[in-house]
Amino acid sequence: METLLQQIINGICQGSVYALIAIGYTMVYGIIKLINFAHCDIYMIGAYAGYFAVCTLRFGFTGTLLFAMAACAVLGVTIERIAYKPLRNSPKVTLFITTMGVELLLQNLIKTDFLAGPNTLAFPEIFALETYKFGDVIISNYQIISVLTTIVLSILLQLLVKKTKVGRAMRATSFDRDAAALMGINTNKVISITFAIGSALAGTAGVIVGLLYPKLTPAMGVMPGLKSFVAAVLGGIGVIPGAMVGGVLMGLIETLSKVYISSGFSDAISFSVLIIILLVKPTGLFGKNTREKV
Amino acid sequence: MALLDVKGLTIKFGGLTAVSEVDMEIGDNNLVGLIGPNGAGKTTLFNMLTGVYVPTSGKIEFSGERIDGTKTYDITSKKIARTFQNIRLFKDMTVLENVMTSLNYQSKTNLLDCILHTPKQIKEEREMEEKALNFLKIMKLDGKANELAKNLPYGEQRRLEIARALAAEPKLLLLDEPAAGMNPQETAELTEMIRWIKEEFKISVLLIEHDMKLVMNVCEYIYVLSFGEIIAKGEPESIQKNPKVIEAYLGKGA
Repeated sequence: METLLQQIINGICQGSVYALIAIGYTMVYGIIKLINFAHCDIYMIGAYAGYFAVCTLRFGFTGTLLFAMAACAVLGVTIERIAYKPLRNSPKVTLFITTMGVELLLQNLIKTDFLAGPNTLAFPEIFALETYKFGDVIISNYQIISVLTTIVLSILLQLLVKKTKVGRAMRATSFDRDAAALMGINTNKVISITFAIGSALAGTAGVIVGLLYPKLTPAMGVMPGLKSFVAAVLGGIGVIPGAMVGGVLMGLIETLSKVYISSGFSDAISFSVLIIILLVKPTGLFGKNTREKV
Repeated sequence: MALLDVKGLTIKFGGLTAVSEVDMEIGDNNLVGLIGPNGAGKTTLFNMLTGVYVPTSGKIEFSGERIDGTKTYDITSKKIARTFQNIRLFKDMTVLENVMTSLNYQSKTNLLDCILHTPKQIKEEREMEEKALNFLKIMKLDGKANELAKNLPYGEQRRLEIARALAAEPKLLLLDEPAAGMNPQETAELTEMIRWIKEEFKISVLLIEHDMKLVMNVCEYIYVLSFGEIIAKGEPESIQKNPKVIEAYLGKGA
């Protein structure tokens, strides 16, 4: 029983990271119907930006978080402007391949000696690790902070989307870009904002992972990125609350299958979720039934 | 000076000239009709006026300012608003939110205000809501403010589109077949409403419509477009008798 409870807590922590990344996938898909595979490397760069903020700039946790968010937001918008915007009216496959190209570019840029180099870096301790015991269950302050950060950001995002003009503009643009433009909504700006927010959340995830699992490599984004993508599909791609729930579910599935089935199989099990969901309910848990426009 | 002054407007798609050398003038507080057989280029003309298409040649002046080539989303701030031939509401948003989207361009808050929900943002949001409700009241939709747009019956969706366009506070309102699919009763109500809007808001309306009764009833001046060219213009009575117009609609020898 204690093991189960402990693993559920660990799973939620892991899941909160997936949720933060999945939101970025789902938001970008929602607004321009694009799976942005470079997103997982924005998360990686967020972790490195956090490393830079702590080691070189000597920032505290909040400062580090804000720095990584800002860096990733700028990066996300820049990528969109340079690589995706010129292709907005090209076939989907072209854009899709471009996102993979950007992914490889980012990974290999970070690998250069000019930036971080190919070696593994250890994320420094921003503040001392403390653990609290509740019966046999152990929770660390890192875990609490990571889950709280995710919850606060999710609430802020939900309020932004539901209660402000920016959110209305996003939803309008996502539903019908041309009609939104004809109502005076600057759709280019809305798309940039969407990339900025999604990327900033991925940057947050990078810092949180740096705290929880302090090991940075240029390829660290790939696996969490893929799992977050599965999380976004599981929740219903394009639906923000879906990505949040999907992320936490993926974290739980992964952690529990590691403990109760086999750690070797846990990745396979995580990815079979994608296959199952596509077979059983392709629109995802919260997805709307939409027909592709012809 | 005319409110809208179009000169020699032409657009070519590849080898096809969809609209050719169109001249058009709309004065202040005018109600002008644009009619023509299917495929004549009426909606294409609308799309050029609203920046969706960039004309191949010719110019569009609005309030003395050239607007051809302006980005679509900047057209609203120039005070032109439109509705669509096939309804294009934001169907998953509420009726109120649909109208509020048109108010965005006047907003003075920035992204940070929105993320942090500053008092300024909350105040502005409340003002926008009130303003939008007002426009819903005008179109008799205030009782349905919180329903999803997709759940409205057809006639009300059409009215919501007009409310949304009006909320942008245009000087020129472009209505693309507002009566399409309406029954005679609804059409009669709409006719009254268009007339009333023009008087109440002191705006000009350019109307594309196939319902001849509506057009002849409500318009002060009519342009007839056929195969991309203006073949006739004038008061409704003269248009009805114009042999060129009759030929365009019914063919030769009719």
